[in-house]
Amino acid sequence: MLTLSHISKSFGATLALDDVSFDAAAGEVHALLGENGAGKSTLVAIAAGRMPADRGESRVVSRERTPYSPDTSDDSRPTTRLSLVAQHFTSIPAFTVAENIALAAGWQESGKALGVRARETIARIGLPLDAEAVVETLSVQLRQRLEIVKAMASDPQILLLDEPTAVLAPREVTELLAMVRAFAARGGAVVFISHKLPEVFAVADRVTVLRQGRVTLTGRVAEQTPRSLALAMIGEAPAQPERVAVTPGGTRVHADGLLLRPERGGTPVGPITMECMAGEIVGIAAIEGNGQRELLRAMAGLPEITRVDGTLRVSGAVGFVPEDRTTEGIIPEFSLTENFVLGRVRERWMDWGLLAADCDLALAEYDVRGGNAASAASALSGGNQQKLIFARVLSRQPDVLVAEDPTRGLDLHAAAAIHARLRSAAANGAAVIVHSSDLDEILDLADRVLVMANGKLVTVPAGASRDVVGDAMLGLPTP
Amino acid sequence: MRLAPPSSNSRWRDVGVTAGAFGLGLLFLALFLLVAGFDVPLALGALWRGAFGSWYALTSATLVRATPLILLGLAFTLGSRGGALNIGMEGQFALGAMAAAWMGTHTGALPGVVALPMVLGAGMAAGALWMAVPVLLRLRFGVTEVISTLLLNFVAEAAVSYAVTGPLQEPSGIYPQSASLTMAARLPKLLPMSRLHLGLLIAFAVAVVMAVVLKRSRWGFELRAVGAGPRVAEVSGRIRAGRLLAVALLISGALAGLGGAVEVSGVSYALYLNLSPGFGFTAIAVALLGRLRPGGVVVAGLLFGALEAGAGGMQRDAAIPAVAVQVVQAVVILTMVVAANSGQRTANGND
Amino acid sequence: MIELALISGFAAASVRVATPLLLAAIGETITEKSGVLNLGIEGAMLAGALAAAVGAISLGPLGGVAFAVAAGMATSAIFAAVAVGARADQIITGTAVTLGMTGLTGLGARLAFGDAGAGLTIPTLPVLPIPGLAAIPVIGPAFFSQSVMSYVAFAAIAWATWLLFRTRWGLEVRAAGESAAAARAMGVPVTRRRVVATVIGGAFAGLAGATLVLSQVGTFTEKMTAGRGFIAIAIVVLGRWHPIGAGLAALLFGAATALQYTFQASGSAVPYQLFQALPYLLALAVLAVAVGREKGPAGLAK
Repeated sequence: MLTLSHISKSFGATLALDDVSFDAAAGEVHALLGENGAGKSTLVAIAAGRMPADRGESRVVSRERTPYSPDTSDDSRPTTRLSLVAQHFTSIPAFTVAENIALAAGWQESGKALGVRARETIARIGLPLDAEAVVETLSVQLRQRLEIVKAMASDPQILLLDEPTAVLAPREVTELLAMVRAFAARGGAVVFISHKLPEVFAVADRVTVLRQGRVTLTGRVAEQTPRSLALAMIGEAPAQPERVAVTPGGTRVHADGLLLRPERGGTPVGPITMECMAGEIVGIAAIEGNGQRELLRAMAGLPEITRVDGTLRVSGAVGFVPEDRTTEGIIPEFSLTENFVLGRVRERWMDWGLLAADCDLALAEYDVRGGNAASAASALSGGNQQKLIFARVLSRQPDVLVAEDPTRGLDLHAAAAIHARLRSAAANGAAVIVHSSDLDEILDLADRVLVMANGKLVTVPAGASRDVVGDAMLGLPTP
Repeated sequence: MRLAPPSSNSRWRDVGVTAGAFGLGLLFLALFLLVAGFDVPLALGALWRGAFGSWYALTSATLVRATPLILLGLAFTLGSRGGALNIGMEGQFALGAMAAAWMGTHTGALPGVVALPMVLGAGMAAGALWMAVPVLLRLRFGVTEVISTLLLNFVAEAAVSYAVTGPLQEPSGIYPQSASLTMAARLPKLLPMSRLHLGLLIAFAVAVVMAVVLKRSRWGFELRAVGAGPRVAEVSGRIRAGRLLAVALLISGALAGLGGAVEVSGVSYALYLNLSPGFGFTAIAVALLGRLRPGGVVVAGLLFGALEAGAGGMQRDAAIPAVAVQVVQAVVILTMVVAANSGQRTANGND
Repeated sequence: MIELALISGFAAASVRVATPLLLAAIGETITEKSGVLNLGIEGAMLAGALAAAVGAISLGPLGGVAFAVAAGMATSAIFAAVAVGARADQIITGTAVTLGMTGLTGLGARLAFGDAGAGLTIPTLPVLPIPGLAAIPVIGPAFFSQSVMSYVAFAAIAWATWLLFRTRWGLEVRAAGESAAAARAMGVPVTRRRVVATVIGGAFAGLAGATLVLSQVGTFTEKMTAGRGFIAIAIVVLGRWHPIGAGLAALLFGAATALQYTFQASGSAVPYQLFQALPYLLALAVLAVAVGREKGPAGLAK
């Protein structure tokens, strides 16, 4: 149904896709596996007609899309019934569910007629949603559901799913995978993008692995092992550092009955009672929008979160790694030195020569590659930008380190370097509190796991299994 | 959103972009005059003579005209580097002029060394005070300074109109203007046989101070950080962006007010209606053409001073309305913001 | 009876003064709904005013209106090309367009009319009382005994409401204004919608300029719009980005301005400059009260 042959695409000097061929037949789920930055999203964007390929051909059913067709005009709607669920939500928060479906499916109705059609469509797809609800009031899981409903509303024959499980807890993942299988069973073709091996084994018939823009493996899932796929994805696996047993020191963070008002108002988060000692890594497992952002930012002392009730004691200097590198961590047009010294300098005048020398030392120590003290931060890759942020935060030797999803969007090598930094910070006596959207990362990294659901802290027994933690993230009762 | 193109590695390319923008503006003017049926060579000749044709034209027209443009261009630069757009310099200029006129007619027998700082200080205070309204509206109510400063321009116009027909009107009560400043309250002339006054050196001094502050001081660094990445500055730099920007905007207002005071104390010696022929808007073009750098603003201010002086010559010798140069200014601004954006896009091309 | 006449006169003056503000604000509402803040409508209004004067002299009042719409659209098209097409900063671009139009219209006026100015020989739009309705006390003179431009403005409220909230095009425009990225991902031609919404806004600004010349002042003078375009932007905020809200807000501003005439006529001792400044002060107060609570399109001017 969908055939991509010999596709190449580059952005500037970076070759994102290099002679990639890929196809998906009716009735099958074809998984596209690869690390962040391997070229998966670029490939589906080309398949969906959202982006032109430099070379090669993309064919949907019997219709042809020539490589140089003017599909870049922002007017192009997929000509066949092909739907893409993009990695980032593409709904308008201020609009209702019905208006968003209408936009995506190209409906002409408005007012009452629109409400009727939306309700009918939602019922037909079988993923319940309130058609009149304004999207910004929905939970992240319901917004993800809306993305799927939008894609299904035009009754597609081909479904492209770009990491649809990223914000879901294990139980919801299972539901989604069942829906995907059912779609294929009705004769649809599915391209399922992921970087998580278990999902691929659970849902896909065939698998293609991309690495740095090239196909490194393609074949039936049944003939693969986790090992063979992992090798195709990342080549040499980064060495896993030895876990050093830590003996926690004194209490650095202490919250008792803490109630926090979120940035944009709404129900307060909490009450939260917890501690974090010097030398330990506390992992906070939670799905987006469950109060972990407020808790972490309150501990980091950011003024936008206000305390309603309870106590929060944080002793010593705090270092904070924000979730969104590009809007909160790095000023792209500033030099590495300027980014490095942000918030560090207390003197009235800046000695740029001295600061640049400091920065160069830190760049070497934290293995930041791709630029020197004078180059612009925009020249760095995402992983190196994150290393620069860690250099800034850790070179001040904080007593408490708060990190929001510090490896989001990084490839495995860069993520491993960040993990090592977090561990060494703890080993050097910092109290480390880290949140991640990836449950496995939390389980792997943290000495102690805390779960947040609906703004409350849920206790999970020490050494709880992945599924128990996953259910707790959904707010389901723990055994 | 970036306003001025980032400096590239090649100085010549930077100069090229700037010269290109200015040249394009002149080209548009010439085309327009051609279409309108004017004698273009005569017009451009008059423009040149009005700006550089004689020692008097250069010092008494071009440099005198450049002085307020540099001061106001610097005022706009300071706000913009912090990400705030002061579109109300016209109003702050008027209020500064009004305060200076009041002070300059009330200094009595005080000597110049005392009277002049009082006159200029009054202008700065008035400009800052006029800016305090938008700053308060922004901090307390979240009203963008763009609209509030713009609206206050019209209020300032009404205020000057009231002042020159009411409390500040000259003693005879006939003309809509204030009394003349005392001799001590007037800025000294720099050269014999020329109208050039001390204000130009004041403008240069402000530019030097601003360049040093932006580049070398922590305050300047923090201001630039707030302008380039407000959330980064707050979250990762622990900078109180609102307060920092408020101070920057107040200084910006004070500099625009200083511009008004310098004009009254150095050129007009009295407050008139429409004292500013649109300096507050021309200065935006000056600041953008100068790439929001103090040194660049000085050069661009001199260039635009020449242009406006030339426009006066054009009106006298070729009967072309001086407002025509606003077309040049508009084209320069548009060219610079487009260049700013295309530069930005090539810089982050791989997103 | 004298008081009733005074009130009737005040109400009629309020609506008359509100008409250009309303027209410009409706257009700017459509523009801002698409995510574009056009400070250049002041310039588009000025261009419309000059074009209306020129057009009316050669082709009569309706020709003037047509010229004005074309001039407003052309001015906004320049803005759209730079601010939407080349994605330059909208605020600076709008300021520059207004600045440029101030110069061009000043030059154009002297070319067209000479140093003496346009004079009062421009054919204007007559007042069209609507039979029957115009006789209602106060309301009649206010709403049913106005120039045709006022009726156009009332109709435009309904038309713009329908366009924005009842059509697919309106849905796409509003999506473009909320989030360009999300709208684009859902197949909305964001750039095209924004350009068209901006040019429509320019057409209305042109109409507003024509109203000033053809049914209020009767002539063209330099800078005659005097910031009305900027006040229209405040009206859009106060009107919560809805044409009906813009209508009510424009009436408020019309009343504030009409107060000036009423007081001047009554020979009050309060300096007239205070009334001259009143609409701008009101706009500031309104922004302070309204902005905190009213959310505009999330992607405005981004």
